[in-house]
Amino acid sequence: MNTQDIIKPENLVASRPRLFTDAITHYCPGCSHGVVHRLVAELIDEMGLTDRTVGIAPVGCAVFAYNYIDVDWVEAAHGRAPAVATAISRLNPENFVFTYQGDGDLSAIGCAETIHAANRGENIVIIFINNAIYGMTGGQMAPTTLLGMKTATCPYGRREDLNGYPLPISNLLAQLDGTCYVTRQAVHTPAAVRTAKKALKHAIENALAKRGTSVVEFVSTCNSGWKMTPAQANDWMAEHMFAKYPLGDLKNRQD
Amino acid sequence: MKEEIVIAGFGGQGVLSMGKILAYAGLMNDLEVTWMPSYGPEQRGGTANVTVILSDKPISSPVLDAYDTAVVLNQQSLDKFESKVKPGGTLLYDPSGIHRLPERTDITVVPVDAVAATVELKNAKTYNMVLLGALLKHRPVVPIDAVLRGLKKTLPERHHHLIPLNEEAINKGMSIA
Amino acid sequence: MKGNEAIAHAAIRYGFDGYFGYPITPQSEVLETLEAEMPWETTGMVVLQAESEVAAINMVYGGAAAGKAVMTSSSSPGVSLKQEGISYIAAAELPALIVNVMRGGPGLGTIQPSQADYFQATKGGGHGDYHLIVLSPATVQEMADFVGLGMDLAFKYRTPAMILADGIVGQMMEKIVLPPFRPRRTDEEVRRQCPWAATGRHGRDHRNVITSLEMDSPKMEENNLRFQRTYAEIEANEVRFQEYFTDDAEYLIVAFGSVARICLKAIEDAREKGCKIGMLRPITLWPFPKKEIERLSAQVKGILTVELNAGQMIEDVRLAAHDAVPVFHFGRMGGVIPNPNEITDALLSHFPDAKA
Repeated sequence: MNTQDIIKPENLVASRPRLFTDAITHYCPGCSHGVVHRLVAELIDEMGLTDRTVGIAPVGCAVFAYNYIDVDWVEAAHGRAPAVATAISRLNPENFVFTYQGDGDLSAIGCAETIHAANRGENIVIIFINNAIYGMTGGQMAPTTLLGMKTATCPYGRREDLNGYPLPISNLLAQLDGTCYVTRQAVHTPAAVRTAKKALKHAIENALAKRGTSVVEFVSTCNSGWKMTPAQANDWMAEHMFAKYPLGDLKNRQD
Repeated sequence: MKEEIVIAGFGGQGVLSMGKILAYAGLMNDLEVTWMPSYGPEQRGGTANVTVILSDKPISSPVLDAYDTAVVLNQQSLDKFESKVKPGGTLLYDPSGIHRLPERTDITVVPVDAVAATVELKNAKTYNMVLLGALLKHRPVVPIDAVLRGLKKTLPERHHHLIPLNEEAINKGMSIA
Repeated sequence: MKGNEAIAHAAIRYGFDGYFGYPITPQSEVLETLEAEMPWETTGMVVLQAESEVAAINMVYGGAAAGKAVMTSSSSPGVSLKQEGISYIAAAELPALIVNVMRGGPGLGTIQPSQADYFQATKGGGHGDYHLIVLSPATVQEMADFVGLGMDLAFKYRTPAMILADGIVGQMMEKIVLPPFRPRRTDEEVRRQCPWAATGRHGRDHRNVITSLEMDSPKMEENNLRFQRTYAEIEANEVRFQEYFTDDAEYLIVAFGSVARICLKAIEDAREKGCKIGMLRPITLWPFPKKEIERLSAQVKGILTVELNAGQMIEDVRLAAHDAVPVFHFGRMGGVIPNPNEITDALLSHFPDAKA
């Protein structure tokens, strides 16, 4: 058996998503963003949505998402992605519109835009990367930072008396009548990735069926910001992050 | 022809809508018009006033410092606008709203007991139309017919049955002024 | 019809695709009129009350990014909140229309009319080197007409335009002729007119990305140089103004918006007494009619600017007049409106020789 015998379509178990551009990503090795990007790119392609997808990029680590996935994009101001998505979705209802936001963008500066877009039940998918830290600006505290967790702006470890409590924003969003589906996923193991892909697909189907707002939170690692190796970060996430942000569906309304 | 009018009183007395009806009547009569309110919290019962200009030529300023005609419905408005009526102009006032009588002698001063008239008409909401009748008697700037056409144009269909009552109030105002 | 209502009706008739706003006195009638007219049932225009001015302007950003004709309106404090979004819209080279019906400030200020946002509108407002095309309506008719003009210019130059009105022209009623109905563009027409827009690829062989971000400094400088070329083109082509009694004027008033009408009344009264006063009313506050003021400053003996602020446009007038003649300011602030007599008195106090 030689190489040519092995490279056959029937032997193919994984390939580079067709919608990935040739750009080299700026993400740190071990970061969760890459896997989530892959799921987004695969699903848009598999679901035949390339021609009618508009993604809204955030400010934060995913600011350059538009360089990596070959669909139309709009880069929003910090936190405003859900407002931008609202207009695009309403003005072009046949579009599939999603936002891709981090925890600072979505739950701090863009908290109002997120809650109100979800409360209006905009037919969009909000993809939410929660790594409990501001990655791009160098590891500062986020609303989702765990108590005791050290960041550049709480080097003593987050204290509730000084910094308040970690914000479980997805739980809040699940309370709103405008959301049809709120789920918390992770991509730290192959099994988790497969489950997450199904969840994201369901969210996209909701948007296409105009069921309201779907929120897919990815509890994620930031090994650079957390100052760990990728493997350590995955373990730390499973041990600490999942305690505060348990995986699974928070809401799944079928109507 | 150019008539510069200010109508002033408390919010809720129908000051702005009286001005609006006058402005629409001007429109119906092919005149140029401007209607400029003092707006805002006045809508909730403070003092309100509106400047209405009717002219057969284009109107420059919607804001004025002297008026051909002033309709004042309370003491603050009388204090504010009595001095701003042009010599030879007209001042209409509601005696039930004031405690000091107008003092100018170089203008026509007309008391209009509109409150009493509305009691006779058994409808307090006709107050401003009584005043409009009184105004049109002394300053016939638009025919009553134009007022009624303006009302028809601006009132929603469901209120059109009130037009005869309004006409009655205008006639009442003309008779008492 | 009120000026604010005229804006709403003109927007529907122009074929706007979307309006996104938030209530604030004295311009709430724009949103109220649109909601009452329910254009989504007739033309398909989207009308949405956003949760804040910040959200509203970012909805405008999104709509503009999709190539749609979109607008927002607000009043001074709300327009301050919109500055972030306006800067992004300018930087992403998107067409959009923003209406500011100015009220007195700073801060929460007053709901009465003002022109104190002249600097904010004409000198940038938000961060970065950018300009808005700024139109200043003096009549309810112009409130209606500038909706279409503003959006046409915004599309032509792919840059945001602003109608800088004030509470007087927003709240007053006048007789107007509304523009004729125009159908909204079809999706295909939008894609043809705006091949850059984020509409979904629809068979396009490349993705469209709307962004104001460019981390490579030389490229970002190139972007800035391109913006500046656009602004130079606008300055060359789009200056609009109106002159009154300037033929024989010995003294000149420069005023914009509704205040120009109060000045006109003062001038009409003064002319009856033989005073040779004229007026220039800039209609575009940016681009500013510099050349016309330069020309008139060679003719007159003095200039008075009249504004509902502490003296903002006067800086542009002085720059244009090159100190050829004395330029003075008269203004009222905080929602106080000057009457025609005050304006005449101010002119005569600075220029006693203007008295015939």
